[in-house]
Amino acid sequence: MLWLGLAVQAAVSEKESDMADVKRVERPLSPHLQIYRPQLTSITSILTRITGNALIVGIVLAVWWLLAAASTPASFAVANAVATSWFGDLVFTASLWAVWYHYLAGLRHLYFDAGHGLDIGTAEKLGWGCIGGSVVLTLITILIV
Amino acid sequence: MRYLTARKRAVGRGASHTGTAHHWSMTVSSVGLAFLVPVWVYVFGSALGSDQATVVESFARPFPAILTALVLVIGMRHFAMGATVLIEDYAHGTARKMLIIFVISLATVVAATGLFALVRIAL
Repeated sequence: MLWLGLAVQAAVSEKESDMADVKRVERPLSPHLQIYRPQLTSITSILTRITGNALIVGIVLAVWWLLAAASTPASFAVANAVATSWFGDLVFTASLWAVWYHYLAGLRHLYFDAGHGLDIGTAEKLGWGCIGGSVVLTLITILIV
Repeated sequence: MRYLTARKRAVGRGASHTGTAHHWSMTVSSVGLAFLVPVWVYVFGSALGSDQATVVESFARPFPAILTALVLVIGMRHFAMGATVLIEDYAHGTARKMLIIFVISLATVVAATGLFALVRIAL
């Protein structure tokens, strides 16, 4: 088998990156997003990320509207028409729920970080609290504002 | 000459070489936003739907102007850092770098645009 060893050595010295390929083996994967059974705790965690990042849409619309208010009446007319249209209502209502969900989930993360509420029962109760609480706070905000 | 040993320089910094600085920064900004955002939602929601003169008048007052500036600066930094972690989890190589540069730029442009509008309205 000496010739094989030499051949491998020659190939390796020819191209350094082959070394990693030769040693690559099938390793077990830890459960990840695609194959892990969805649970309340994972869904509420993923929703935190989705709501946080999606909020950029609402803030871009809000900043455009504010810039238009600082500019000419013509530009405000356009931005205000979009911001108060069915599309604007949809974006801002969805953003309102997203901001409340992200808010409660963020508070939950601060609570977790302090070392509390990490047992399954409490974590799931807090998860339902985020979902229910965000809907209630959204409705209250719509009524008040 | 550095008197710290290699071990001493490495301890507490982890695989990222920045320790818990990112996590701590997100913690601090989240607490700040927890106080700012509900009030800002009320201020913004009340102004939305008014005519231009009323909008300008409401954001020209010190409290709404300073509040909006704080939400923009802290919020966009919080967004840029959070979106960076999202990208780091799912994108690799050049795409990762380009996307991270894009979200940081987007956050900076949004904050700068909002601050410019505030300066024009309030000053």
